[in-house]
This record gives sequence, C-alpha cells and structure tokens, in this order.
Amino acid sequence: MATPAPGWFDERLGLSSIRKFVAHKTVPSHSGTMWYYFGGITLFLFVIQVVTGVLLLLYYRPTTSEAFESVQFIMTRVKFGWLIRSVHSWSANLMILAAFVHMFSVVFLHAYRRPREMAWFSGIGLLALAMAFGFSGYLLPWNTISYFATKVGTDMAASVPMIGPYMARFLRGGEDVGGATLTRFFGFHVAVLPGITTLLLLMHLGLVQRFGISSPPKLEGKRIAQMPFFPNFFLRELMAWYAALALLGVLAAIFPWELGEKADPFASAPAGIRPEWYFLAPFYTLKLIPSHIWVLEGELVGFAGFALLAAFWATLPLWATDRDGMLRARRVTGAGILLLAYYSTFSILGYWR
Amino acid sequence: MTLRLLLTMAFAMAAMAAKDTCVECHTALGGELQAPVTAFAGDVHKRAGFSCADCHGGDRNSDDYEVSMSKGRGYLGKISRTDVPKLCARCHSDAALIHKFKPQQRVDQLAQYVTSVHGKRLAAGDTAVANCVDCHSVHDIRDVKDPLAPVYPTRVVETCTRCHADAAHMAKYKLPTNQRDEYRASVHWEALSKRKDLSAPTCASCHGNHGAAPPQVASVAAVCGTCHALQQDLYNNSPHKPAFDAMGVAGCVACHSNHAVHAPSEALLAGDKALCSQCHDADSAGGKTAAEMHTQLQSLADSLTRSNDIVARARRAGMEVSEAAMRLADGQERLVKARVAVHNFRTAAVAAPVKEGLAIAAETHRAGQDALAERDFRRVGLGVSLAAIFLTMAGLWLAIRSVEAKPPGSQTAGSDQP
Repeated sequence: MATPAPGWFDERLGLSSIRKFVAHKTVPSHSGTMWYYFGGITLFLFVIQVVTGVLLLLYYRPTTSEAFESVQFIMTRVKFGWLIRSVHSWSANLMILAAFVHMFSVVFLHAYRRPREMAWFSGIGLLALAMAFGFSGYLLPWNTISYFATKVGTDMAASVPMIGPYMARFLRGGEDVGGATLTRFFGFHVAVLPGITTLLLLMHLGLVQRFGISSPPKLEGKRIAQMPFFPNFFLRELMAWYAALALLGVLAAIFPWELGEKADPFASAPAGIRPEWYFLAPFYTLKLIPSHIWVLEGELVGFAGFALLAAFWATLPLWATDRDGMLRARRVTGAGILLLAYYSTFSILGYWR
Repeated sequence: MTLRLLLTMAFAMAAMAAKDTCVECHTALGGELQAPVTAFAGDVHKRAGFSCADCHGGDRNSDDYEVSMSKGRGYLGKISRTDVPKLCARCHSDAALIHKFKPQQRVDQLAQYVTSVHGKRLAAGDTAVANCVDCHSVHDIRDVKDPLAPVYPTRVVETCTRCHADAAHMAKYKLPTNQRDEYRASVHWEALSKRKDLSAPTCASCHGNHGAAPPQVASVAAVCGTCHALQQDLYNNSPHKPAFDAMGVAGCVACHSNHAVHAPSEALLAGDKALCSQCHDADSAGGKTAAEMHTQLQSLADSLTRSNDIVARARRAGMEVSEAAMRLADGQERLVKARVAVHNFRTAAVAAPVKEGLAIAAETHRAGQDALAERDFRRVGLGVSLAAIFLTMAGLWLAIRSVEAKPPGSQTAGSDQP
C-alpha cells in the first residue's frame, strides 16, 4: 500500500498555512517578556490535570462508601498511584497560582486593552472555572477536612439572599452535604466543567493567536525587538514547562498530598477548618465582618461586597479607558496593586489565624 | 353587677395566691433572717413553685406574723437535724407528687438513708452525721445535674470530704481523713478532672449516695465490677478468689488499693515494684506465673511501641500508612485484653491475646518498613527524574543559544500587532 505523500495531508488539513502562521508569529522581547510564559505554564499544568485526572478516573469511585477507600487504594496499592494523585493535587494548586500570576501580569502590562477585551473576559471565566474545579475536586476524596470545608462553602452559598437556598440545594443535591453532593461534584468535576473549560480555552487561545501578544503601552512607538515564536520563544516556554515539571516532582515526592481521615458526617467539625488557599482571603474577610452592619446582616454585606468587587474586576477593560479611548494606566495599576495586596495579605492572615 | 362581683372576687383570689408574706417580711428584715430568702431565689424548689411554708409550715397569706407563724397554722419553725430527712421525704417519697415534676426521679432516698451509716447514727441521736441538707445544701438547692450543685460529679468529693477530711470531726468516729488526698492521686480523679469524664467514679459511685456505707470485704469485687465487669468475672474464676476470701482480704483492693487507685502496669507483676512477690516467692508456681505474664505483656508492649515508632516515622515522611495505623489500634486493643486477662492469674489466659497482638505488631512493623523503603525509592526516583529534567533544560538552553547566534530580526511595536 502506498504511503500518502506530505501533500496529501497538506491538502486535507491545511498544514502549510499553519506552518506559515507559526513561522511568522513573533513575541515582543523586552524587560517584561518573562511574564508571557505564565499563560503557557497555566496551559501546561491544565494538560497535566487532564492526563492525571483521566488516570485517577480508572480507579476512583464516587460514592460515600467507596470514595475514600478508592483514593486510599490508588495511593497504596496502584503502581505509582501515589504519584498520579499527588501530582494531580499539587498541579491543581500550581495551575491556579500560575493563572493568578498570568492575570496580574496582564493587568500590569495592560494587555487587556482594545482589541483584547474578549481575551480578558474569557481569561476571567477560565480562572473562575479553575476555582470551581478546585472546589468540586476538594470533596472527591471524601475525607474529614474536605467534607467540612464543603459544608462551610455550601452554607455560605445558602446565605446569599433570595437565590441562596436554591443554589445550596442545587450544589448539595439535598438539604445537607452527602452522597448526592459527592456524585454531583464528581459530575461537575469530570464532565460539566471540563466541557465548558475546553470551549472557553479554545476561544481564549484563538483570540491570543488572532491578536498576537500585546506590548506594554509605555513601549508604544518605540522599536521593540521581536523574538520569533518558533523556535526561540517556544524553546524558552518548553524550559519553563520542564521547570514546572521539576517543581511538581519535588512537591509530589517530598510532600505527597495527604489523604487524612474518612469523613464522618455525624462527627463534630474538627478545629481549624479552612478552605483551599485561593478561597482564604474572602473566607477570612467574612470572618472579620461583624454579624450586623447597621440594619443589614454582616455576611450579606460581605457577599454583596465580593459580588461588586468581582464584577468590577471582571469588567476591567470597560473602565480602563476614558470616553476618548485613552488608557487610565495608573488607575488600573493602582487597582491591581490594591487587589494583589488585599488578596495576599488576607490569604496569609487566613492561613495563620 | 354580678359580672363585676365575680371579676373582683377572681382578682382577689389571684392576689392571695401570689402573696407570700414569708418572703415579703424576711426580705425587709435583713441580716441572717433575710439570707434564706435571698438564697431561695435560685433554689430548684422555688422554680417548681414551692415556697417557705411548704417546708416550714405556717400561713404565707397572712400579714400578721403572729398568725402566719402560729402553730395553729402549722408553723414548724427551724427544722431540727433529726427531722430533716423525714421532712424532705414528705415529698421525695411521694411518687405521685414527685413524678409530676420529674417522671424518672427515684423516691427511695429515705428508705436508703435509714440503711446508711449516716441514717443509723442519726436515728441513734448523733446529729453530727450528714443528712439531706449537708450534701444538697439548704435554701439554695440545685438540680443534681447542675454543675454548680454540691453533688455534681466534679464537686461530690469536695462535698463528702468537708466532713471526712476534717480530723476534728472524724476523731470520734475513728475514721481516717486521707481519702481526699488519696483519691486525688488516683486514675479515677484523673479521668474526672482532666479528661472531664463524668462517668468516672467518685465517692458515691462506690459507697452509694443516700445509702452511703463502706463496702465490706465480700462486696468490694462487686463494687469495682460495676464498671470493671470483665475483670470481676476473671477474678471470680481465678485461684485468687477462694484464697483471698479465706484470708479475709478484699480482692481488688489488695493489689490496687481503694481510694488511691493508680494506673496499673506490667511493673505490678515483676521487678522492684512488683506486688505479686509480696506473697509469692520467685521460685514458686505463683511467682513463675507472674514472671511469665510479665514477660508476655512486656514483649507485646515493646513490639507495639517499635511498630508505632516506625509507622509514625513513615507518616511524618508523608507516606500513606492509615491502614497500618488502624491495625496498630487493633494491636493496642489486644494489649488491653491481655492486661485484663491478668485478673485470671493464668498464663494461658494472657498468652492468647498476646500472640494475636504480636502478629499485628510484626505486620505493622513490616508495613512501616515497606513505607520507608518506598519513601527512599521515591527520593531516588526524584533524583534521577530531576537529573533528566535538568539535562533536558540544559540541552534546550544550548539549542536556544545556537538559534540566537544568528542575527535577530526586529520591528516597530504596534506595526502589525496592536
């Protein structure tokens, strides 16, 4: 049988146009170029999440009687199961960290401005999805900490006015966290969220390819050296991925992700329950808010504040320019510094207190 | 008109029902005459609707004290110590009345009290012995489940030893006064005070409360066996039971003491602090049995400690060893069983749980060793992987250097990309 000639594939897949696009693609080379790698690192860690997640699916069983035991089986009996599970857990956290770094680098390099607004909106959506992945995945081992953290998390959702009780019931699949919640969270984690994420990710990557990588506004009008994307930038990105892989290996081997004890819904909540680190800042803020502010419930005021802050941040490209389309760079940088300071300080305080 | 009259009568009757001239006058009197009224405000009886007149008699509706405190109106005055138990029992032995307030409450307190040492002495005219108010207080009586009640488990020792640790008070009864100090050095007090275990025994648990009496030699094992049932069964079927009975020695107390019950250990069987050697020579059958039981128990305790250490080391290294930890709990349970089996005073009884425990200790020790070996394997694997990763990174760096050795192209920013 004759082997199809390269032209056969080219004709059907349009490979030459892809090759041409890659050959002409460049990346601005300046003092802030290193921040461009974080989008790729986030993507790399997401791919690791998908691969390790699929491997975990081979053994994981999403029922209250088997979830903990199946994860225990993965960690103790399955060859390199401990590595897959630890890498999955560490990679999830590193991915969210890399996504945060990517987001703030976009803010401080002002890469959200016209015509990249949709890339910003899709990126914010992807960050929210990553956090939803974290929240839903946290419960799956069905251990004490994850059970009570989910209880606290869904209780918080229940206190949102009007829609809160319905939202909590939808999340839990009943009045309380139980078997229905586990099945539901498993469904969100392995089917619903990956589906939405894939679509949004394709859109985000497509927009980045469509508009290219932005240069900082302060360099506009100046000559900026351009680095060919392939192979110069790609090889550097590859090095960053290898560095991330090395870090993952060290964390998984030296600090394997703990399994804890099986959840007991009838036991009292252990002391010091707290959510994953990326939810610590709002969690700690809610703890600090008094029970009543004027005639309003403190928790409601807190939720309203977070909702406003999230809306304000998500719509950043819309208020980053004035009516004449001029960039309010200092205002955006100030807001970015304030948010970064708040998030990091309150996360640290939430961890230690 | 008729309606007005009826309403006036109803108001007058309601006002009379609520009137309590005892409280009104004694509140105004001040000093020690006011004290009972002040204390009674928090009394459990007050909350149940009782008043001064229900115990002291008299008419609480009359404003004239000569009437309200007249014998004609049933006034009893201060209740004498000998009359207190009967007075309290007027209600507390009346099941129909008491069960209106507390359906589960016992009504045999007086029946028990008359059988107690306190009750018998009171009947014989000794008014220095305890009656109801000495333990439950008077005028400010609290529910027995109230943590501030003098008979609440954590306070009962203090209440009993107010008299029993008072050397002057106990002198005429020729009773020792060291019970409180001894009890406070015991495992029972530790459980009660440190672990807040309200089921831990206090004075009343062994001596009874209303029927308080010292347990006699023959009944000591039964008293201890209320909680330590397994030990009691084993002891009753042991060779010590007939021997101790014949010697008139109280079984449990002979080895564990009474008030100063210390935490038992293998050291009681053999060694410097051994109790067995006080009666049994080392070469006698009893001495050999004690030594053999000691060896078995010590061997299991040491093996479990070694297994525990290695499993703990593996856990600290981040290894998943929860199954081994659970098995170790089974091993500890076998050790407890073996220690309990000592009360049968036969090596065969101890050997069975020890054998099972040793097997668990060996199994968990292997699990710990395997986990540590796995940790070492992971670290070696990590080292090899890191070396491969760093080598690849170095190769990539060289590749970048080689690519960039060619002159780089440049263009003006924003020319084709905003």
